[in-house]
Amino acid sequence: MSVLDSKIPVGPIDKKWSDHKNHIRLVNPANKRNIDIIVVGTGLAGGAASASLAELGYNVKAFCFQDSPRRAHSIAAQGGINAAKNYQGDGDSIFRLFYDTIKGGDYRSREANVHRLAEVSVNIIDQCVAQGVPFAREYGGLLDNRSFGGAQVSRTFYAKGQTGQQLLLGAYSAMSRQIGKGKIKMYSRHEMQNLVIVDGKARGIIARNIVTGKLERFSAHAVVIASGGYGNVFFLSTNAMGSNVTAAWRIHRKGAFFANPCYTQIHPTCIPVSGEHQSKLTLMSESLRNDGRIWVPKNLEDAEAIRKGTMKATDLKEEDRDYYLERRYPAFGNLVPRDVASRAAKERCDAGFGVNATGEAVYLDFATSIERYGREKAMTSNLANASQETILELGREVVKAKYGNLFQMYYKIVDDNPYDMPMMIYPAVHYTMGGVWVDYNLMTTIPGCYATGEANFSDHGANRLGASALMQGLADGYFVLPYTIADYLADDIRTGTISTELPEFSAAENEIQERNSSLLSIQGAKTVDHFHRRLGKVMWDKVGMSRDEEGLKWAIAEIQKIRAEFYSNVRIPGIADEFNPELDKANRVADFLELGELMAIDALNRTESCGGHFREESQTPDGEAKRNDSDFAYVAAWEYSGNVSEPTLHKEELVFENIKLVERNYK
Amino acid sequence: MSKSAILSSSIAKKYWMAFTGLFLSLFLVGHLLGNLQLIFITGEEGKRAFNEYAFFMTHNPLIKVMSYLTYLSVLFHAIDGIFLAIQNKKARPIPYAYNNPGANSKLPARQMAVLGSVILIFIVIHMSNFWWKMKFSSEPMPLHSVMVKDPQSNQSQTLYLTHTDNFFPTSAFETTPMAEAQMEIKNETDFYNKQVNIKMGEGYKDLHSLVMTFFGQTKPGFPTNKYALFAVIGYVLAMAVMSMHLMHGFSSAFQSLGLNHKKYNKAIKTFGTAFALLIPLGFAIIPIIIYLNK
Amino acid sequence: MKLTLKIWRQKGPNDKGQMVTYPVDNISGDMSFLEMLDVLNEQLIETGDSPIAFDHDCREGICGSCSLYINGEAHGPDRAVTTCQLHMRKFHDGETIYIEPWRAKAFPVIKDLVVDRSAFDRIMAAGGFISVNTSGNTIDANTIPIPKQDADAAFEAATCIGCGACVATCKNSSAMLFVSAKVSQLSLLPQGKVEAKERVLNMVNRMDEEGFGNCTNTGACEVECPKEISLENIARMNREYFKAALSAE
Repeated sequence: MSVLDSKIPVGPIDKKWSDHKNHIRLVNPANKRNIDIIVVGTGLAGGAASASLAELGYNVKAFCFQDSPRRAHSIAAQGGINAAKNYQGDGDSIFRLFYDTIKGGDYRSREANVHRLAEVSVNIIDQCVAQGVPFAREYGGLLDNRSFGGAQVSRTFYAKGQTGQQLLLGAYSAMSRQIGKGKIKMYSRHEMQNLVIVDGKARGIIARNIVTGKLERFSAHAVVIASGGYGNVFFLSTNAMGSNVTAAWRIHRKGAFFANPCYTQIHPTCIPVSGEHQSKLTLMSESLRNDGRIWVPKNLEDAEAIRKGTMKATDLKEEDRDYYLERRYPAFGNLVPRDVASRAAKERCDAGFGVNATGEAVYLDFATSIERYGREKAMTSNLANASQETILELGREVVKAKYGNLFQMYYKIVDDNPYDMPMMIYPAVHYTMGGVWVDYNLMTTIPGCYATGEANFSDHGANRLGASALMQGLADGYFVLPYTIADYLADDIRTGTISTELPEFSAAENEIQERNSSLLSIQGAKTVDHFHRRLGKVMWDKVGMSRDEEGLKWAIAEIQKIRAEFYSNVRIPGIADEFNPELDKANRVADFLELGELMAIDALNRTESCGGHFREESQTPDGEAKRNDSDFAYVAAWEYSGNVSEPTLHKEELVFENIKLVERNYK
Repeated sequence: MSKSAILSSSIAKKYWMAFTGLFLSLFLVGHLLGNLQLIFITGEEGKRAFNEYAFFMTHNPLIKVMSYLTYLSVLFHAIDGIFLAIQNKKARPIPYAYNNPGANSKLPARQMAVLGSVILIFIVIHMSNFWWKMKFSSEPMPLHSVMVKDPQSNQSQTLYLTHTDNFFPTSAFETTPMAEAQMEIKNETDFYNKQVNIKMGEGYKDLHSLVMTFFGQTKPGFPTNKYALFAVIGYVLAMAVMSMHLMHGFSSAFQSLGLNHKKYNKAIKTFGTAFALLIPLGFAIIPIIIYLNK
Repeated sequence: MKLTLKIWRQKGPNDKGQMVTYPVDNISGDMSFLEMLDVLNEQLIETGDSPIAFDHDCREGICGSCSLYINGEAHGPDRAVTTCQLHMRKFHDGETIYIEPWRAKAFPVIKDLVVDRSAFDRIMAAGGFISVNTSGNTIDANTIPIPKQDADAAFEAATCIGCGACVATCKNSSAMLFVSAKVSQLSLLPQGKVEAKERVLNMVNRMDEEGFGNCTNTGACEVECPKEISLENIARMNREYFKAALSAE
C-alpha cells in the first residue's frame, strides 16, 4: 500500500531468518576486498559491525567523534544483556524472549525482527565469552544470570554494573584486531556531516575532522549509520554529552525516513536533578529495583516537611509510607516495566509527594533488603542470636557486594550514604526506541544506506525492556548486518573504488561548508547551550512522560520559535578550520531543534497511549495507558519534505501473526 | 623479538634492576655479617678473626667469583638505573606547573635515582678508603702483628702472625745498627729468610686496624684519623640513604619480577621494611661503637 | 563559592602555551568539576573569549574521556573518581585550583586541556584482543567453566576505562597499569591464554615504541586510578612477559 517495503521474508516466524540467510546473495572473498563500507559510530552496533565486516574481508572505514572508539556511550550501559540461553532451566526459550520483547514494546514492533533478535541472542553470549568478556560467574564456574526489568525468567547476563562497558570493550578489541591488520581504517575525532548520494545510492560521507576542523570526503559502496539515539534532544538525559542525532538526521534530510520519533524511554531510576547547572543525569541501574522498594510519604504534610529538611526519610513510620508501585501493581510491584514505573513516580510527584527540594524525587529504599539479607547471612554464618546491629552490618555487606559500585557512585554524586538513608531517584530520559526506518535487512529508504542499533527503530516498539539494548546493538552489528549487506553489495563487485572527486561529493561538502560559515557568521548573544536548555525544557515538559494535544501544539510552536531565534542569535566563537567544540555542538543542537519538532508532530499524530508514549487523552479510568490497535498498529515513518514543519507520513502496518494483541497488564 | 625482549625492553630493564638489586641485597647481608666481627669479637681475637676473614674473602676462588659478580651488579644496577632515569625523564618533556606527588606515592619511591647516586658516590669513597688501600695502594699495608709481653722478663715484643700460626718477631725484619735484618717482606705479605731467600711464612694485612683507625681509634703502625668523627657521620648518613633506597627497592624488586601474590604481598612488604631498617642499622652502629670505644 | 582557576591554555599542538588565571563565582558544591568549567566557558563565550577545550563525554565516570590534572593530581584530589564525578564540594571557598592537561610525550596536547591518547589505541591494536572471528559460531559459552575467582579478577582488570590517569600521574609517564590491565584480563581467562605470549610481547613492544616511560613501582597510578586497577596486574604482566621472553620463538 505504501512506499515502504519491509522485505520481511515469508514463511513461519522461526524459519524466516534462516531461510532468508540461505537465499540472499553473497559476495565472494576476493570481491569483498574490492568493496569499501563506511560505518559511522563505534558503539556496540557500529563497533560490532565494523569488526564483523572487516573479518569477512570488506574494507571498513569507521568513524567516531570521540577520541577513541572505546568511548562510545554503549559503555555506560549498566545492567546486563538478555539471551534466551535457558541456562537456569526456568523455562526460558527463544519464543519467550520474543514474546516478552513484543509485549514489553507494547505491540508496536515488527514480529520478524524481534524473533530474529531472540534467535541470535544466544550467539552473542558465546561470541562475547570467546572474546574474553568477563561475565559474572557462579562458584561452579558457569555463567550467572539475573532477572531484570520485570522478566519472569533469569535470562540476563551481566558483569557487575558495567555490562555495557565489558561488551563494548569486547567489540572494541575485535575492532582493534582488525585495525591492527589494516582491515579497518579508524577515523577517531571525525564527525559525519553529510551523506553523499550518487545515482540514488549512498556512496560516501562528508566528515569534519574535529582536530583540524577540515571537511574530509570518504567514499564507499555502502554507508552504515550506527550513531545511537537522540535522547539528548531533552538536554538533560542519561546520554553522553556528545551523543547526537546528527548522522541520523542528516540522512533523514537526504531521504531516509524517520520512524516513531515520539517513542522515548524515560528510565525510572536516575539521580534527581540538583540544580540549574546540571549538565547531565546519571542512571542508577534498574537492577536496584530487584532489592529496593520505592515509596513516597503517605501524607502531604510529611512530604512537605521532608522537602523543607525538617524531617528525614528514616523518621517516617512504616504505616506513613506509600509504596505506591506495590500498591498499584501487586503482581509486579517494584519491577513493573520502565514506562509504568516512571509515570507512577511522576504521578506521585505531580500530586505533591516528591521528596527533594525540587519536589521531583521519590525514595528507593534498601532497608528491608538489608535486613532480610542480614538475617539470611546470619543464619548461614551460624549466628542465630545475632543482634540487630550485626544483622544490619551483615546485610549491608551483602548489598555492597551486589551493588557496591552503584552505591558508591550515588554517594559521590549526592554526598549522602545510601546504606543508611534511602536513595532519591527520579525518571530521566534514557533511550529512544524511534529512529531511522529500516527494512528487514536494516537498510534505510536510501539504497546502500543502513542503520543499526539504537539509531534505527526496529526492535523495541514503543518501549524497550531492560537488558535488550545491548542485545540489539550486538545482534545487528555482529550477526545481522554483515549477512544482509552482502545482498546489496553483490551488485557492486564490479564498481571499483568510488572517486571522491565526483560532483556529488563537492556538492555535499559545499553544503556543509556554507552551513558552518553561516552558523559562525551569526555572532549573536546567546551560547549554544542556552538554546539547547530551552529546547530541552520544552521537550521535557510537553513531549516527555505524558503528552496532550494542547501541550504538543504549544511545543511545536515553541520549538519553531527557539529554532528561529537560534539562527539569529546564537554565538559560536572561533572559526571553522580549527578544533572548535562549540561549532560541533551548534551543529548537533541545530539538528535537535528540527528533530524535536518532528517528535512533537509524531506524538500529536499518535493519539493513543502505548509504551513510552503516553497521551493523556488515551487512558483507562484508573490512569493506565490505553492503546488503540485498530487505528495505530503501524509504524509512523516520516519523510523529509523540504520543510521540517511539514513532514510526510508513511505508515507501515504491523502484522501480528504469532502473538495476540492484548492489553499490557502488570497488576 | 625475544632477544630484545630479554635485553632492552622496558620490562627487561626492570628485571635487571631487580635481579642485580636483590643480589646486592644478598651481598649486603654477607658484608654485614663480616663487619659485625668488628664489634662482636673484641681484643686480639677480634683482630685476628677479622683479618683472617679479610684474607679469606680476598683469596677464596668462589668468593672471588662472587665479588666480581658484585662489582658487575653494582655497575649494571647503576648504569641501567641511569638509562631508566634518562628515558623516564624524556617521557615527560613538559613538567606540570603544579604537582602534588606526595598525595599518591612515597618520597623514596620517587627518588630512587637520587638515592642510588648518593649510594654510588658512597661506594666509591668507601672502596677507596679500604678496598683500594688494601689491594692497590702503593704504600705497603701494615701487616697483622701481636704484642706479647714476656711475663718473666716483663719485656714486650711485637710478632707478625702467619697463616700457619707461626710468629715472627718484627725485630727480625729491622736492620739495627747492631745487626742486619734476618728477614724481609716480599710481595707485601710474604716473609722471607733474607739469607737463603726462602719463604718462611705469610702474614695478614691488618685491615682491622685500618678500619679501627679510620673510625677514630689509635693503632700502632697507622696514622690517627683526625677526621674520624666526620667519617662516622658520613658513614651513618650513607646508611640512612641506603635504608631509604632499600625501603622501596626490596619489595619493588619482587613486584618487578612478578613475584606478587595477595597471600604473600604483606609478608614481602614487612620483610622488606625490616630488611631496609635492620641491615643499614647494623652497618651504621659499627663505626659508632668503634668511635665511642676509642 | 568563589574560586581562582589557573588553567593551561594552548592554541594548538605547536603553540607554546601558558597558565592563565580566571576567577569564577557562584559555584555550588553540588556541581561536578566539569559543570564548573561549563560555567566558566559560558562566561568566556559571552565575553567574546575563546572557551577552554577539554575532553568529556559520558559524565558518569565510565567512558574515560575526561582527564585534567587538578591541583597536582590526576582527576583531582578525590579518590576513585574521574573528573566528571569530582564534585566541587571537595574544594573550599577562595581556593586556587590549578588545571593542566595530562603531561606525557606519548600524549601530545591538541588544544588547551585536550591531549591525543591514540597511543593507547595503537597498543590495543598490537595485541589487546583474542583472535576469534565474529561469526558467533564459537563453542557454547558454558563449555569452559572458569573459576569465579579468575573471572572476578579478570573483570576487575577489565574495568579500566583507558583515561590515561596512570600515565599522567606516573612520574615516568609509564603506561604499565593500562597495558597490564588488558594483559591480565585476557591472560586470566582460558580463552585468552592461547595467545598470551605473543600478546604480552607485542603490547609491551608497542608501548615502548610509543615513548612511554618505565615503571619504577612507585604505586602512584594505583592510587590515582579512578577504577582502582591494582598494581598486581603489573606484576602479573611482568611475570607473563618473563615467561614469554624466555620461551617465545
